[in-house]
Amino acid sequence: MKVLVCISHVPDTTSKINFTSDNKEFDKNGVQFVINPYDEFGLTRAIWIKEKQGGTVTVLNVGKAETEPTLRKALAIGADDAIRIDAEPTDAFYVAQQIAAVVKENNYDLVIAGRESIDYNGGQVPGMLAALLKWPFVNGCMGLELDGNKASLIREIDGGKEKLSASLPLVIGGQKGLVEEKDLRIPNMRGIMSARTKPLNVKDATNGDHRTSVGNYEKPAPKSAVKMIDADNIEELVNLLHSEAKVI
Amino acid sequence: MSDNTVQATRFLKGGEFLIRDVSSDEVFIPEDFNEEQRMMAEATTEFIEKEVIPERERFEKKDYDFTLSLMKKAGELGLLGISVAEEYGGLGMDFNTSMLVCDRISGVSGSLSTAYGAHTGIGTLPISLYGTEEQKKKYLPKLATGEWMGAYCLTEPGAGSDANSGKSKAELTADGKHYKINGQKIWISNAGFANLFIVFARIEDDKYLTGFIVERTFDGISFGEEENKLGIRASSTRQVFFNDCLVPVENLLGERNGGFKIAMNALNYGRIKLAVATLDAARRVLTHAVQYGNERKQFGQSITEFGAIQQKLADMATYTWVAESATYRAGQDIENHIARLKEEGASLSESKLKGVEEYAIECAIMKVFASEVGSYVSDEGVQIYGGMGYSADAPMESAYRDVRIARIYEGTNEINRMHSVGMLLKKALKGELDLMSPAMKIGGELMEIPSFDTPDYSELFSEEKEILGKLKKSILMVAGKAVEKYAMQIEEEQELLMAAANMIIEVYAAESALLRAEKLSKQRGEEKTQTEIDMTRLFLYRAVENVGRAGREAIYSFAEGDEQRMLLMGLKRFTKLQNPINVTETRRRIAKRVVEANRYPFTI
Repeated sequence: MKVLVCISHVPDTTSKINFTSDNKEFDKNGVQFVINPYDEFGLTRAIWIKEKQGGTVTVLNVGKAETEPTLRKALAIGADDAIRIDAEPTDAFYVAQQIAAVVKENNYDLVIAGRESIDYNGGQVPGMLAALLKWPFVNGCMGLELDGNKASLIREIDGGKEKLSASLPLVIGGQKGLVEEKDLRIPNMRGIMSARTKPLNVKDATNGDHRTSVGNYEKPAPKSAVKMIDADNIEELVNLLHSEAKVI
Repeated sequence: MSDNTVQATRFLKGGEFLIRDVSSDEVFIPEDFNEEQRMMAEATTEFIEKEVIPERERFEKKDYDFTLSLMKKAGELGLLGISVAEEYGGLGMDFNTSMLVCDRISGVSGSLSTAYGAHTGIGTLPISLYGTEEQKKKYLPKLATGEWMGAYCLTEPGAGSDANSGKSKAELTADGKHYKINGQKIWISNAGFANLFIVFARIEDDKYLTGFIVERTFDGISFGEEENKLGIRASSTRQVFFNDCLVPVENLLGERNGGFKIAMNALNYGRIKLAVATLDAARRVLTHAVQYGNERKQFGQSITEFGAIQQKLADMATYTWVAESATYRAGQDIENHIARLKEEGASLSESKLKGVEEYAIECAIMKVFASEVGSYVSDEGVQIYGGMGYSADAPMESAYRDVRIARIYEGTNEINRMHSVGMLLKKALKGELDLMSPAMKIGGELMEIPSFDTPDYSELFSEEKEILGKLKKSILMVAGKAVEKYAMQIEEEQELLMAAANMIIEVYAAESALLRAEKLSKQRGEEKTQTEIDMTRLFLYRAVENVGRAGREAIYSFAEGDEQRMLLMGLKRFTKLQNPINVTETRRRIAKRVVEANRYPFTI
């Protein structure tokens, strides 16, 4: 079983988000980057598959050299090798094209991406990738069992779950449920040391185009002060909601 | 200068910081850690966040099993074998990496910190350093993976700081196959669950103790009840009794009579490790304090908007940052010396031993400084929380209690203060460190008329470096005169030794801060190093005040008449600030950075 796990290099959720260049660019200064949490669920599941059924786990990222520590962390957790496609991840279509080129060169049985990355939350890459490869695609995937080249999947739908089956090769957009938070692995020290010697191949980007471009970003208005009203003082609450907040 | 001299003086020897300046390019700063070391630190923090914090209240309920289970998990992650050689199942990492992991694993609870320190430091290290090949093969793999837990039995009811006065006896049995150990050990960390004990006892009427490796299952070993302690409540601490305990002769550790040396060398390690073990606790306390302070509204505003609180936040951040700077600086000096000795052909154990021993002064200094910074920070943490800080429901209460032990174990801060000065004087007497010629020069310098030129301070820290140089002179002047007066009797003048130690500690810490800020500013530019520059200047201001006070106290006490006047005049000249910083504004700027970041802002 050859599994490819797509890894996004995203700011830690506690990071302060700022923009530079007239709000056109994200300010990376002082920001700590991590493996996109949705991808980490997929990575852990992929390692389970390898441990249970044998095979290899390759991790991939489309990004510049700064993303390599994130890939090496994935290697430390248990991936066998890593690929970095040396390009700025301009938009989802561009990224999907880059990944598709790698997938076409190697015979992966399964590609696991996160359902979205927690930085730009586009949620498009795995779908576009599946379309480019003409492979089946299951998004919001919270359960995956493999039997030969058959996959049983569970997808999260509004208010419930949908059980699906598909044949490999397959692309999934993974999330929590593939494994639980408690199953996420802390890289052990030996794993960290061995990450040094595992292959991290840097590939040139293939020709691709992006179909969207960013105008600028706007941060949500800062939270304004909170007024605490005594639980017994309903009248004042109603009064304030009416006259100040003007919502009733 | 011959080539030899260049070779010999290329690196800064232990204690030499007092008489020689180094450039910031030569010192290690925490920002120098590489990606792999950072990944190890982050994995350790992840372990703390996931496995420890959610159940941290179990520590306060004296849940020793919790501590043990965490140690086992730490073993699975490889955190117990960082500095054990690879051939014995460890990772064989360098000294500063082991410091970094110790830093991160120790931040949330003194209970875990103590269990970790007792196991990896004094529990495992003596075997790594002094064990025979058989002993290493037999025990180190078990200790490195956490299959076995280690402990260290030195202290006795009548032998604490005076460790060599222990009464435990070891007697060779008639068949020559065993040593029979009898005695009582007290305050033994990890005693409740340790599988292996490094035990010190005296064979016949030997001058010094001898070390033994004792397994828990050996006959004749029994345990007291768990001690009721002020803090580190889930660190298992018991008495250990040896009653005709039979230890195979092959379990003698090192040489007969060599136990005291083992104990002291293990303590050198333990001291600097303890220093680093207080750092993350201080960072976390500051983070809690500023987060609470930012939320806590009084008189219509966050309490962090008040100068009285900002002042505390600035000092807490500064002292923590300074302690971090000095600890890792010393750590890398040790590592570099280990590497140097290995290159010269010494064995790994020998290199590790001598590497740490060379910087025993810095180890003692850092133990004192960092434990006192930790105490200060947690105390102010309680204060910022106000009434809530006194409540066991808030994190300050346990932090405050837990850090208190750091000033007591691994040699009390008093012992370490005297020890650091004592070692300096010994190095000077042995001719390893020439303290006397620079001290003599100062006498001459005081007779000269001071220069009235206006110095050029345009380069960053040029004035601060000059001040540091003068502080070093203050120490040499006061200590030089004191030694002249008391000669070897100075050992009896403990108050004087304390004052000298305080001066030395301030200078080492301030210099380390300055070198870190300077190195950073060379890398990122002054603009992006503004807070670090501010903290360096704020700390240097403190150092000047503290060196002046300690120096005056010493001079008032041991000198009289003209000599006293001359020394006081010298001290005044050496501790005079030409262009003092605006202390309040500096603190406000530092506090602003902390308040805006809403955490300890100098992640490494």
